Amino acid sequence: MINVAINFMNPLFEVLRNPDKCIKCRVCERQCANEVHKYDAELDKMISDETNCVDCQRCVCLCPTHAIKIKPNENKFRENGNWSQQIMDEVYKQAGSGGVLLSAMGTPKDYPVYWDKILLNASQVTNPPIDPLREPMETKTFLGKKNQKITYDENGKAHYEKTPYLELDVPIMFSAMSFGSISKNAHESLARAATELGTYYNTGEGGLHEDFYKYGKNTICQVASGRFGVFKGYLDAGAAIEIKMGQGAKPGIGGHLPGMKINDEISKTRMIPKGTDAISPAPHHDIYSIEDLRQLVFSLKEATNWEKPVIVKIAAVHNVAAIASGVARSGADIIAIDGFRGGTGAAPTRIRDNVGIPIELALASVDARLRDEGIRNDVSVVVGGSVRSAADVVKAIALGADACYIASSALLALGCHLCRSCNTGKCNWGIATQRADLVKRLNPEIGYQRLVNLVTAWDHEIKEMMGGMGINSIEALRGNRLMLRGVGLNQKELDILGIQHAGE
Amino acid sequence: MNYVIIGNSAAAVGTIAGIREFDSTGSITVISDEKYHTYSRPLISYWLQGKISDKNIMYRPADFYEKNGVTPILGKRVTKIDAENKAVVLDDGLSVPYDKLMVATGSKPFVPPMNGLDKVHYYTFMSYDSAKAIRAEAKDGMRVLIIGAGLIGLKAAEALSAYNAKITVVDMADRILPSILDVRAGVKMQKHIENQGVRFILGTSAEELSEHSAKLKNGVTVDFDMLIIAVGVRPNTELIADAGGKVDRGVITDLTQKTTLDDVYAAGDCTVSYDASSDTNKILALLPNAYMQGEVAGRNMAGREFNYVNAIPMNAIGFFGLHIITAGSYDGEEYVDEDENNYKKLVFRDNTLKGFILMGDVKRAGIYTSMIKERIDLGEVDVELMKKAPQMMMFGKARRLDKLGGISK
Amino acid sequence: MKKVYVNEDWCLACHLCEYYCAAANSGAENMIKAFKSGKNPVPRIQVEEGSEVNFAVQCRHCDGKACVKGCIAGALSVTPEGVVVCDEEKCVGCGTCVLSCPFGCIVIDEENHRIAKCDLCTKNHDGEPACVQGCPNKAIVFEER
Repeated sequence: MINVAINFMNPLFEVLRNPDKCIKCRVCERQCANEVHKYDAELDKMISDETNCVDCQRCVCLCPTHAIKIKPNENKFRENGNWSQQIMDEVYKQAGSGGVLLSAMGTPKDYPVYWDKILLNASQVTNPPIDPLREPMETKTFLGKKNQKITYDENGKAHYEKTPYLELDVPIMFSAMSFGSISKNAHESLARAATELGTYYNTGEGGLHEDFYKYGKNTICQVASGRFGVFKGYLDAGAAIEIKMGQGAKPGIGGHLPGMKINDEISKTRMIPKGTDAISPAPHHDIYSIEDLRQLVFSLKEATNWEKPVIVKIAAVHNVAAIASGVARSGADIIAIDGFRGGTGAAPTRIRDNVGIPIELALASVDARLRDEGIRNDVSVVVGGSVRSAADVVKAIALGADACYIASSALLALGCHLCRSCNTGKCNWGIATQRADLVKRLNPEIGYQRLVNLVTAWDHEIKEMMGGMGINSIEALRGNRLMLRGVGLNQKELDILGIQHAGE
Repeated sequence: MNYVIIGNSAAAVGTIAGIREFDSTGSITVISDEKYHTYSRPLISYWLQGKISDKNIMYRPADFYEKNGVTPILGKRVTKIDAENKAVVLDDGLSVPYDKLMVATGSKPFVPPMNGLDKVHYYTFMSYDSAKAIRAEAKDGMRVLIIGAGLIGLKAAEALSAYNAKITVVDMADRILPSILDVRAGVKMQKHIENQGVRFILGTSAEELSEHSAKLKNGVTVDFDMLIIAVGVRPNTELIADAGGKVDRGVITDLTQKTTLDDVYAAGDCTVSYDASSDTNKILALLPNAYMQGEVAGRNMAGREFNYVNAIPMNAIGFFGLHIITAGSYDGEEYVDEDENNYKKLVFRDNTLKGFILMGDVKRAGIYTSMIKERIDLGEVDVELMKKAPQMMMFGKARRLDKLGGISK
Repeated sequence: MKKVYVNEDWCLACHLCEYYCAAANSGAENMIKAFKSGKNPVPRIQVEEGSEVNFAVQCRHCDGKACVKGCIAGALSVTPEGVVVCDEEKCVGCGTCVLSCPFGCIVIDEENHRIAKCDLCTKNHDGEPACVQGCPNKAIVFEER
């Protein structure tokens, strides 16, 4: 900081406290890690300093008399269509710090959300709708290589290749968030929820805490370019292994976890010294081609006795279809594609807000390309990067996905209010923090139940929407683009999505 | 089984509770020379002060005897225990037989010989009747002389302040409440009470009493409209002594509260207790002590085996809004923390807490009390936290969880 | 008997339990009225804050019942269910129960010259105790152990 007396920026928010309601219980003060609220004994009043307010809403949610409101600061710089206040703020910030701007969670920019421009079909008269409360409805999903052909010998015995697979009771998994980027209690919540739901959560690139090996059969163990916490026991612990080649929020760069978050437990789990920055390289230094990737896929399969499916996760970028084709040929069982609106614990703002493509378009083109090349059944496709509701899931599956990865919505279930300040390490909800007093705020007993509730609710909704379309098996929805229509999309977009416009 | 209880206060009620825990059918007879349903002796000052009603001075609900199958014989005095024939004799000559007898006779006010005592009308302050007598005579703005600056005398002073009385308290000792406070705390409390308009004349006693005036040995003369003598109490031990039971300063019992007489038990202010904080035998004239002794005695009378242990002196009292809680013995290494309004003294010996005085801020004092009673080694607690304030935080996690209700699932 | 238990692993020392308790026992219809009508309602639960752990303490409704046995006014009693309750009309605020309670759970209500103690919200007919309902982190539970 060059000059503490002049702050070129305005506080982003304003705390409105209703004095008729405030009982000076000081809960807001105790619960704000950003030290916005303070009780002033001389004034016998709660006062606020909004400089560090991130609008996480913790105080609002805990205030027993609902006396607090957080409003955007009404003080505005002079209006300018070209130079928005945010852009000006960023200039001020960098002029003050000299550093790369960092952000967290998915991009807040107003890019098109194609999910919201796609509508679902429903049956009328013929092929009547199905009532999921009265009739069986199937959302069980298997991920992995599917046999192109099954042959039968003269005794009628079927012959097919036996490959490892994942079995999901719902077509939804929790995507990778490392222990380090999120707290141990957040991990425990995810692990327990995945176990109860009959699906999977993903360790992310930070290894697996020793307390959570017991949830192994519902765990996907990630191997990223930093190889943090990777050893044989780790690979053996999970139900599948995911090679992280890229992340939607920051394609082209690796994960960064600052040293201040590397405490004893994270140091042990990641197998790195305490206090050192955990910086994953942008590339895997042993992967410069599909052949190299194939080597890693096979190495991991060999290391785990060919018992576990291998997922390769890539960011949705311009030539994603060609990349996916390569990945499908690398021996991977599952391709995970992460759209550019996906979340992150920390990413350079410019990259998060400007690199990558929307998941909807990436998914449609990957599915189409793999079909065209006749290799769609060699791999399952899982998509993530801002899957926000059961409707998004249904649309994704109709566009060709086998299952979805969710993360931001899972964090919302745990209390996240998308204040996008994960990188500060002061998450007031106990999610994206390693500060013991803050981590405590997320009781996994509550967290896991809320995750189970969320996914259970979505599963009900998926079944309702499927029923409406007259479909009683998720398998019949998969890639069924006839069930989709676009609204407000141009012909190019419709072509890429492989859907017709509404009314057609 | 036929149980007889002499006395009708805390120890008697404790005895009834103890008996009824294990024997729901035996007959229980309560005999008292006072004519009232069981009432709370310490509440007479609150009653006199007008803080509580006739109803609320009662120690137990009106249906207490009925619910517990107790036959009360009230307004009659026991004159003799016939230990040989296992019966008690009443002042009307009636003989009441017992299988097990409880003597919970309490204590009586001690009135020392004073010149001119026979010429004055004076009051004591130990019973509902004495409080009623004082109230009947109390007049707004009257001059009151209280001899004795102990608990009873000062409670009387507080109560009478409600009548705008001009109160003078005289005591032979040079400080007030010497039985429970140290010098510094005593001075603090004295100032507090003086601020309420009560005058103290300490270190002297009455030389000569006359009708409305007392001449003190220091030469001062105090005029009064009402004289209250509250210099101390004496245990009512005569019944036991006359029956051949062992009596020292009070009735001697074993740990089951049995006296040296067969099937005769005793509890409350008439007995000697073992003070675990000072390792000495003394009379612990405290209501909680009386109740718990009675309860233990009752259980033993009903044929079970229980011992009364871990008794310590302890007091919770307040004067004119200033709370005092004290417990244990004050012999040992001291820690004192004092400010304008509060006083705290902790006394350590044998690496345990032995006693404490809290004045003003008395919050959570029971945690200190439990430290004394349980003889918790100071090595097991965070002593700095303990000095700051009584708190569960000062215990290690295991002991704390044990105390607060076990391990979480 | 179901009692209130506190799991110190999850207590955040937010003190909300104290406020929900005080309001529930104040007789006022809501939190704002409870604290804004010039009175100072007393919580029967108290949070202890440490450097690493925090926890709330309230009447254990323990087996010892030293408070009930020692009560000079006969104001404290035990319900048939085992709940230690205080007849506030009878209580004179002498503090003998404060002296006796080994957990430091009985609070002196200075304004009303009496004590305040947890009765598991049996008197205010709140069902599950207010502290349990008001705990944002399930650190306080009401269960059989």
